[in-house]
Amino acid sequence: MNPKEEKVKIITEEFIENDEDAGVGRQKKTPKVARQKRKKRLPTTGPEEMVSENPHFNQQEPVQEDSDTRPLSMTSRRGPRSLPPIPSASRTGFAEFSMRERMREKLQAARSKAESTLLQEIPTPRPRRLQSPSEKELETEFGTEADEEVQRTQKEDDSQSYSRVKFCDSVRKIKPKPPVPPGFPSAEEAYNFFTFNFDPEPEESEEKPKAKNRDGTNQEEEEGEEEEPPVQEHKMDEEELLSAKDDEDFLLGLDHAAEDFVVVRPADYESVHVRLQMEKELLFVPSRLTVPTYKKLPENVQPRFLEDEGLYAGARPEVPRACQNIMENRLLTQEPGRKWFGDDGKILALPNPTKGFPSRPPVLTQEQDIKAELETLYKKAVKYVHRSQHMIGSGDPSGNFQLDIDISGLIFTHHPCFSREHVLAAKLAQLYDQHLARQQRNKAKFLTDKLQALRNAVQTELNPAKPHKSLDTTQKAINEYKSEIRQTRKLRDAEQEKDRTLLKTIIKVWKEMKSLREFQRFTNTPLKLVLRKEKVDQKTDEEAYEAEIQAEISELLEELMEEYERKMEGYRAAYQQWKAWKKAQRAKKKKKKQEHPDEEMEEPYPGEEPVKPVPPEPTDRALVEQQVRERAARSRRRPGEPTLVPELSLAGSVTPNEQCPRAEVLRREDVKRRSIYLKVIFNDKEVSRTDSRPLGADFRVHFGQIFNLQIFNWPESLMLQVYETIGHSGTTLLAEVFLPIPETTIVTGRAPIEEVEFSSNQHVTLDHEGVGSGVPFSFEADGSNQLILMTSGKVSNGVAWAIGENGIPLIPPLSQQNIGFRSALKRADAISSIGTSGLTDLKKLAKWAAESKLDPNDPNNAPLMQLISVATSGESYVPDFFRLEQLQQEFNFVSDEELNRSKRFRLLCLRSQEVPEFRNYKQIPAYDREIMEKVFQDYEKRLRDRNVIETKDHIDTHRAIVAKYLQQVRESVINRFLIAKHHFLLSDLIVEEEVPNISILGLSLFKLAEQKRPLRPRRKGRKKVTAQNLSDGDIKVLVNIIRAYDIPVRKPTASKFQQPSRSSRTFSEKRAASPTAHSPTHSADYPLGQVLVRPFVEVSFQRTICHTTTAEGPNPSWNEELELPFRAPNGDYSTTSLQSVRDDVFINIFDEVLNDVLEDDHERGRGIHTHIERHWLGSVKIPFSTIYFQAKIDGTFKIDIPPVLLGYSKERNLMIERSFDSVRSLSEGSYITLFITIEPQLVPGESVREKFDSQEDEKLLQATEKFQTECALKFPHRQCLTTVTDISGKTVFVTRYLKPLNPPRELLDACPSSPQATAELLDYFLFKQELVARYVSLIPFLPDTVSFAGICDMWSTSDQFLDLLAGDEEEHAVLLCNYFLSLGKKAWLMMGSAIPEGPTAYVLTREQSHYLIWNPCTGHFYGQFDTFCPLKSVGCLIGPDNIWFNIQRYDSPLRINFDVTKPKLWKSFFSRSLPYPGLSSVQPEELIYQRTDKAAAAELQDRIEKILKEKIMDWRPRHLTRWNRYCTSALRHFLPVLERSQGEDIEDDHRAELLKQLGDYRFSGFPLHMPYSELKPLTEAVYSTGVHNIDVPNVEFALAVYIHPYPKNVLSVWIYVASLIRNR
Amino acid sequence: MAAAGPSVFLLMVNGQVESAQFPEYDDLYCKYCFVYGQDWAPTALPLASVSRVDGGAGAEEGPWTVTRTEERRQHGDKGLEEGISQITSKSQDVRRALVWNFPIDVTFKSTNPYGWPQIVLSVYGPDVFGNDVVRGYGAVHVPFSPGRHKRTVPMFVPESTSKLQKFTSWFMGRRPEYTDPKVVAQGEGREVTRVRSQGFVTLLFNVVTKDMRKLGYDTGPPDTQGASGPSPPQGLPP
Repeated sequence: MNPKEEKVKIITEEFIENDEDAGVGRQKKTPKVARQKRKKRLPTTGPEEMVSENPHFNQQEPVQEDSDTRPLSMTSRRGPRSLPPIPSASRTGFAEFSMRERMREKLQAARSKAESTLLQEIPTPRPRRLQSPSEKELETEFGTEADEEVQRTQKEDDSQSYSRVKFCDSVRKIKPKPPVPPGFPSAEEAYNFFTFNFDPEPEESEEKPKAKNRDGTNQEEEEGEEEEPPVQEHKMDEEELLSAKDDEDFLLGLDHAAEDFVVVRPADYESVHVRLQMEKELLFVPSRLTVPTYKKLPENVQPRFLEDEGLYAGARPEVPRACQNIMENRLLTQEPGRKWFGDDGKILALPNPTKGFPSRPPVLTQEQDIKAELETLYKKAVKYVHRSQHMIGSGDPSGNFQLDIDISGLIFTHHPCFSREHVLAAKLAQLYDQHLARQQRNKAKFLTDKLQALRNAVQTELNPAKPHKSLDTTQKAINEYKSEIRQTRKLRDAEQEKDRTLLKTIIKVWKEMKSLREFQRFTNTPLKLVLRKEKVDQKTDEEAYEAEIQAEISELLEELMEEYERKMEGYRAAYQQWKAWKKAQRAKKKKKKQEHPDEEMEEPYPGEEPVKPVPPEPTDRALVEQQVRERAARSRRRPGEPTLVPELSLAGSVTPNEQCPRAEVLRREDVKRRSIYLKVIFNDKEVSRTDSRPLGADFRVHFGQIFNLQIFNWPESLMLQVYETIGHSGTTLLAEVFLPIPETTIVTGRAPIEEVEFSSNQHVTLDHEGVGSGVPFSFEADGSNQLILMTSGKVSNGVAWAIGENGIPLIPPLSQQNIGFRSALKRADAISSIGTSGLTDLKKLAKWAAESKLDPNDPNNAPLMQLISVATSGESYVPDFFRLEQLQQEFNFVSDEELNRSKRFRLLCLRSQEVPEFRNYKQIPAYDREIMEKVFQDYEKRLRDRNVIETKDHIDTHRAIVAKYLQQVRESVINRFLIAKHHFLLSDLIVEEEVPNISILGLSLFKLAEQKRPLRPRRKGRKKVTAQNLSDGDIKVLVNIIRAYDIPVRKPTASKFQQPSRSSRTFSEKRAASPTAHSPTHSADYPLGQVLVRPFVEVSFQRTICHTTTAEGPNPSWNEELELPFRAPNGDYSTTSLQSVRDDVFINIFDEVLNDVLEDDHERGRGIHTHIERHWLGSVKIPFSTIYFQAKIDGTFKIDIPPVLLGYSKERNLMIERSFDSVRSLSEGSYITLFITIEPQLVPGESVREKFDSQEDEKLLQATEKFQTECALKFPHRQCLTTVTDISGKTVFVTRYLKPLNPPRELLDACPSSPQATAELLDYFLFKQELVARYVSLIPFLPDTVSFAGICDMWSTSDQFLDLLAGDEEEHAVLLCNYFLSLGKKAWLMMGSAIPEGPTAYVLTREQSHYLIWNPCTGHFYGQFDTFCPLKSVGCLIGPDNIWFNIQRYDSPLRINFDVTKPKLWKSFFSRSLPYPGLSSVQPEELIYQRTDKAAAAELQDRIEKILKEKIMDWRPRHLTRWNRYCTSALRHFLPVLERSQGEDIEDDHRAELLKQLGDYRFSGFPLHMPYSELKPLTEAVYSTGVHNIDVPNVEFALAVYIHPYPKNVLSVWIYVASLIRNR
Repeated sequence: MAAAGPSVFLLMVNGQVESAQFPEYDDLYCKYCFVYGQDWAPTALPLASVSRVDGGAGAEEGPWTVTRTEERRQHGDKGLEEGISQITSKSQDVRRALVWNFPIDVTFKSTNPYGWPQIVLSVYGPDVFGNDVVRGYGAVHVPFSPGRHKRTVPMFVPESTSKLQKFTSWFMGRRPEYTDPKVVAQGEGREVTRVRSQGFVTLLFNVVTKDMRKLGYDTGPPDTQGASGPSPPQGLPP
């Protein structure tokens, strides 16, 4: 077999197989048959028969057959091969055709072909063929199956294995025609086709390789078979035939054989070895062995290694050795093999195979346009606007400020790598610098000139040219001059001396250096000192010198003369004294001598006898002159001596490395390895750093970088850190250099370059010439005269403020300077963002490289050089911009405008952005046309209105602003929450039991033993429902109304009102008298058993109304459950949405009044016609949010009863009996017991786990955490509050909120001057407190949870609170507490829980003997022991300087002791271990109250009245609503009175008044009082009273509104509604 | 609207939760629910048709009819949008399969393929102490193309955060669970969890869509298109 044939075979294989299979089937051969055939020795059809025959055939004609079969096999193979064009031409188009079909077709084609060949075979002579007669015989017998079979087997047995495969192909093709119906395979065929097992035979695989071996290698390993020579022979034939390519002829020659050898054969199989062998023929596999170098190089060329020659070759890329060898081998066999090899016999390789620049094929079309598209647009960076900048009032003009820091370089004055010479050089340089500096200032000259001038002045003064001046002044001036002269002269002398010594030192150091250079025989520094001599004119010089000396001498003499004079004077005086004394002595002596001569002996020298003064010596001119000359010689240039001017130059040459000793070379290398960089530290934060630059041999580093720091605040510190890197090892901080913050006048361009010195205390010892740092060394050989030098140096830098575009320097306002921590707390934004630009410019780099003459062959520089080569090579266009998503343009399938025009797309976008209006938009329509335009209206309106303050909705402008502001804050907070919502914690996703501690574990163990179904089941908590899978109608609010106390009772209409007018009473009187004022008179009026009141309760929520049955009496008991459906806004039941529900549950108590409507008495007998009227008595309002967060509300509430209820009064006699007298006055009112819950129970939203940043001290924060965990451990349910979040989202320690703050002056002015009596004084204080509390309660209440969806309690300071005019309990409580503190009360903020608010803040004050609890939101106060106090538990007390946590056993205010000084009862935050650090307050110094505009209030009042009237008419769509003007005006007059008295105790006068005016009306009405926030609550409140529900035909209404303005826009709104029915 | 062309397309899914392979566990039951986007809404037969069908049964079944309609109402007329299956034990043959054959039957209408419905499966079974613990969560999208589809959903459970937790959760019979099984149908927040594979659930879906083409969404596979298109007749060769 030659390779060609093999190839042919491979190609035709597919067809052969198909045909073969079909053939097998068609001939109805059993698998067994086929197998036997293949196995050759075995009989085919009948085993026994065949066995007997086999030997016979075997021996018959092996050789001939073989020779025959070969060509036949070839033809058969050839046949199919030539076939394909015919069928395939028609077939290839039908891709869909199934395999089966294809096969069938192929089969047919093959068959027809075979037929034709057979037909053709007959006439053609067989060219060269040996055939046995028996075969021919058999041929003729062809026809019956049986014969066929026999013959086939015979044939098969004859033909030995060698040609099996090819043979059978052809045979099969020829054979099968007759039995098979055309077109379809028979059942058996099909079966065979699918089940036939084409096992390859072992023999075959054995034989094939042999044959191959024979063919391929021509080895003699024959198996003793006779086939061998024929095969060879036929091969020749085949080759001939193949070259002829004449199938027809070929087949014709084979015709006979076809019938003879009908053999079915299995699929061709080539063993792996055979295939490999064949592949070997076809494929070239290069060797893996190393190619010897000589092959790769041209003859007689020695490999040349560039690296050895000292050239830089670069690192070759890593390629495995084997790959390289393969490549080399392959290249060598190729034609121009050697050109791929370099001089060194290796394959040519670039150091870096990647191209350094992009090589995208240039876009030919519209290059300009595309470039334009890709061009970067410059957009100025937008500053992040901090949320708190919405803050009203605090217009913080913070902007972008810029500080330019220019770091030009660094010089070491000492460095460990300094050699001795360097040390000297540094010294010399330093001295020289000093010298230059001195020279520049030239102090000596200046002083000399001054001296001269002074002398001249003295001369002129002495001249009597100015006679007008008094002698005195002249003399004085001269004296001054003279002293000045003396001073100056001394200074000058000192200066001159210094100059001289400096010069001397310079020369000395230079000499030392020279000697050192000589000694060590090399030079390290290029320093060279030249002393230039300046010739002077000897004579003039001498003259000047002499004159100078003379002048000095004369001056000195003069001076000395003066001195002498003075001394002389003294002497004279002393002498006189002495003389007098002497004289007196003498006289005494005389006298004594005359009187008591003996006495002389007793006291010869009494006291100190004055010594005789010595006269001062006159000055000696010669002496003075000598001194002066000496000094001059010392400090001054001698006359005639040339002036020496030292000049330091760098002209000297440094000894090259080769000529230096080893230690020095080492030192130089060490220096080379070092590099320096600087970090710029701004406010202790690294903001940028310079490039790392190598340390030069002269120990200078040049940076030349300018950093622009964008800053927000006045810088606190500016520092440079010097870092040194040694080789590749670590980096060490050498020193820190503090830079002064520039003056505001220094702006860029005007800033001088300054040198700032630094030094380091590092100790370095080096093992080479370097002297090290911090270690002693010496210049002397004997080591004496040791010197210790520290690393030091100078940084030259310039710091200046940048100048903005419009020429304004970007300097923070000076007000920001020197602000410490305190104000920093208040400031909204302390974050300063700093931008740096550290991009390297390639072009510059290249320039630098060119300048610095980098060695391009240095391996160290290789990457750099390559980079530069890329950058500088002009051939490639490297764009200087970079773009993300550069293919975006291509992927835009429509233009942006078009996309934006699509309403649907817009809707989808907005929804995915979670814009509130669209967040829950369901089923966005599929087409634009189905989207209503109005969908966007609200949203667009909101966008439009964002900055426009509209005053239509909000009646007064201030509130509109506030509302806007709140809206903005809310939006920003919501945005923050939306972001936070997407951060998940494990606990958000996975419910996992906590690791139990021992007790829980024990308990659960106990539980295991517990019965599964206990007999007495315990109550289990209701299952909580996550709100998301709820829909409308699923949630209900259950209100259980149990009972009420002290409902006002009707007053008999007949009763008279004789009460005197109380308006004249003083406050104290009123207080004392009020509780018991009515009871005796009124209780007497009621006949026993009369129905006092028939109350029922109506609950309204979201405009759904339910009511209870009617009960009787002032203490009714209903015990009824009402169910109200709840609808979430927009059908959105997500937690955030539920949290922001602002609806209230109104619980109104009405009195049901039956009125007989029958007018004439004679009808009365026949039926009862009554008309039910209901009169509103009072209400309780509970916000839904409270219910939502509390899950249930259970308790007794005070009913909000209007101050005046016409026709009703409170029956108070029961109260008197029941309650304590002392607290009686405090607990008056009606109460109702309620239980409210939501079914199913909803999971309240979780609080936001955002850890807010804080400006508190870290220690304090830690202490708060510790305190809180300790408290939570002891009493987990008690509220403990230490830190709160302020409005800008920062954590603030809570006591900072408490500070005495002034209440509005007008408020206090309103109450009369303080009375004298102590009892009255107390009342006076209480009254003041009440006033203040009332003011605070008038500020509208807005829970944080509503404004900030997600529970995030934000505390605003009192001024913010008053600005916003909205806040929740904390803000009210803080303000009230601060007012109380300023009133001089002891007051605390009390954190606890109350009904219905839940966790809340109250205010506790201490009176003389008892404590009062104030509800800041209502202004009510309660005694400590008041059972109706809504506060149910106390967690902690907060004072201005401490926090006390309640560690008593009970937390109910009734049962605890409020004495915070007892550490056993109250755990205080600040104690002896942690003293109060004196935290400053976040509150303002003082509250400023603006007077509210009265006119605006009046206008608002009218508008509200008008709107409310319209509303009432709207609510009565079917009835005529008449307004009784007379009544309205009467009511309008009452309201101010009510406000003045704060709604107390005017009822009776009021009623009398009304009666007088409207005598013939049945009247029911009441005033409502609320703080004003918006209009909606007002209408809601009016609606809830149900006044409009009266449908008596002749009813009339009256409505009056009064607004009382309090300072700071706090408005108290009174609404008086009444209905009137005319009595007939 | 019919004239103007459809404004929604319908996706009808029926099929069943066929069986599961949980090599380690037995006696399991399964819950499923659907998670779908905002533009999707489950729909079902109108109430009238239900009552008509039920009402035909006669007066005796009056109360039953009422309860059925009541049930319908409570389910929000949404077909079998969620369900909980019976408890099944392993088969005794070598397959050890847990067979539920629990039907799914739901129809969605939608305007937008975004948020295509996913079925979320959660499998529960008793642990050693008899507590019901979760044995697997899994989710798969409802197939897009009409026709019959078989899906094998790999199931997983969240892992305990620590070995100790693992022990205690095993001991207490309170394995970590997802707060909401629907978590497995979304990608958000999954990075904080660790899970372990548990087994497989095999689902069978029969999907019918309506008006998808008309709204411009082409989901059919190529061969189904070919079936409706012209195909050359398979002529027999002579």
